[in-house]
Amino acid sequence: MGGRLALLALAAAAMIVAYPLVFSGAFMGRLGALVLLSAIGASAWNILGGYAGQISVGHAMFYGIGAYVPLMVYKLWELPPVAGVPVAVVFSLVVAILIGFPTFRLVGHYFSMATIAVAELIRIVISNWDFVGGAIGLMGPATSRTVLDLSFKSSVPYYYLFLAVLAVVLGVTWHLERSRMGYYLRAIKAGERAARSLGVPVRRYKLFALLLSAGFTSVAGSLYALMIGFVDPDSVFGLLISVEMIIVAALGGAGTLFGPLIGAAILVPLREFTNSAFGGGGSGITYILFGGIIMLIARFEPGGLMEIGRRAAALFKRRPREAARVA
Amino acid sequence: MTLTLVQVIVSGLLVGAVYALFSSGLTLIWGMMNVINFGHGDFVMVGMYTAFVVMVWLHGGVGWVGPAAAVLLFGLGVTVYYGLIRPVMRGPMLAQILSTFGLALFIRYTAFWIFSAKFVTLPEGALGGTLDVGGIYLDVPQLIAGLVAIVLTLGMYLLLTHTRVGSQLLAVSEDRNAAMLMGIRPDRMQALAWGLASAAAGIAGALMAAIYPISPTIGETLALTAFVVVTFGGFGSVPGALVAGLMIGVVQALSAYWFGPIYRDVAVYTIFVLMLWVRPQGLLGTA
Repeated sequence: MGGRLALLALAAAAMIVAYPLVFSGAFMGRLGALVLLSAIGASAWNILGGYAGQISVGHAMFYGIGAYVPLMVYKLWELPPVAGVPVAVVFSLVVAILIGFPTFRLVGHYFSMATIAVAELIRIVISNWDFVGGAIGLMGPATSRTVLDLSFKSSVPYYYLFLAVLAVVLGVTWHLERSRMGYYLRAIKAGERAARSLGVPVRRYKLFALLLSAGFTSVAGSLYALMIGFVDPDSVFGLLISVEMIIVAALGGAGTLFGPLIGAAILVPLREFTNSAFGGGGSGITYILFGGIIMLIARFEPGGLMEIGRRAAALFKRRPREAARVA
Repeated sequence: MTLTLVQVIVSGLLVGAVYALFSSGLTLIWGMMNVINFGHGDFVMVGMYTAFVVMVWLHGGVGWVGPAAAVLLFGLGVTVYYGLIRPVMRGPMLAQILSTFGLALFIRYTAFWIFSAKFVTLPEGALGGTLDVGGIYLDVPQLIAGLVAIVLTLGMYLLLTHTRVGSQLLAVSEDRNAAMLMGIRPDRMQALAWGLASAAAGIAGALMAAIYPISPTIGETLALTAFVVVTFGGFGSVPGALVAGLMIGVVQALSAYWFGPIYRDVAVYTIFVLMLWVRPQGLLGTA
């Protein structure tokens, strides 16, 4: 069984790597890159929301910081935006620490509400702060000056850049799953008080999870800004950005390694197809569908598609033995 | 104190009364079953559009607006409880949060699809113009909305504390199992609570339609406002929601007046975050 699974994984990996070669059209190329980008964001959210069970609805603040800082670096000093990526990560980590201390005293719904409020607060401030472009936002370099601007016409370079980043995020998550910290986070998710009584340093590990999560979310935001070359408050700091990370992770399976990637592979094409099919009004239809899907997931299978897959696999495994017994 | 300042405070109180009304619904649900409805603001938005549809599309009189919103939203609340909330209530935290978030998105963008993103208003002068009370100018729609909201919030409080049904509701929120042993059906009471809470949101929306322009995305801000009010007043406390609603209304009005319109929400959210930090049980709630 293990051999067959490894083969399947290898085939999936080969498909992902070869995707831009197979689908060379502009629409499909862009779509592939967007799927990976969404998977990076959702995987980053997953570390805190999925593994540690702290459901942040304010991750757009880190995404937004990640998107804004590179373009600010360009605006102020004409540096290649990519120089701003590490700066953005530092900013995001500082914000995460500032926010982590007060909000981690809150559990469950309270934490979610606090994170929404902080994110909205930041969005309103950014929208009214002329130094960072106010409601209009920021532009990246209009034409590529050097290759360092990472401004390409084709989406293929972005695809492989995003794939590399996603591999890093998933690699860290994979390592986390197996480390002491992974066990601590799952213990915290299962019951904070119980975890504390067993000697898990709850607040410290929640903060670690938040820092990892915020840092990677910030990188996702930076990648968005690098690819699109334009940001405004609503498109990177908006509530929908946070919500989309959650939906993508939850559809695939929150707290699983590949859940966010699977969720992204379903929801992002759905979003792009409805947007292009229904034009400007399509965003309405998209979110009606997203809302419906998220309700169905919550109602029938909170474990997401990974859970359904796991159960189906268990069913297949049992089948032959049962069949043998009958015979 | 200048007259303008008095006027700002009074209009803040009147808007705050409407906040109190829809927040009392949210606090009732939270107090009873520890579930936060992230779609509560969108319920208010549905109430606003109900007013619009009744008056503009169906040419109904002002008198129909409140009852229509109340009945429609009561039905929506009960449906949501049986269809969505009851199954996820005992599930993982993620499912609880996802379910009402999904509901919020679904309602918000269905409204977006039907009514488009543009702002609409009720016909001008539907409820009369302004009133001059000793130099203070009051918008009649605002005055009516505020007063009706205060009366209904107090009515909600009296319903909970002075009627048989109210005692049963409170019994369920206090101890589900003990209530069951007393012959109360918790399920039915919780459905009723969702109905009442949603109807309160609906009426509040109908009242707000008289004051504010209506748009599909207004629910997001309103939900956050309700969270702030509920946090201030203490989770589960209707009198707390009333006091906190009025306070938030005044804080908004004053910060808009002193610092500019964008500080309306900035001030409120800042207070919210500080509040959650310092005293998560609220002003009037117990730990």
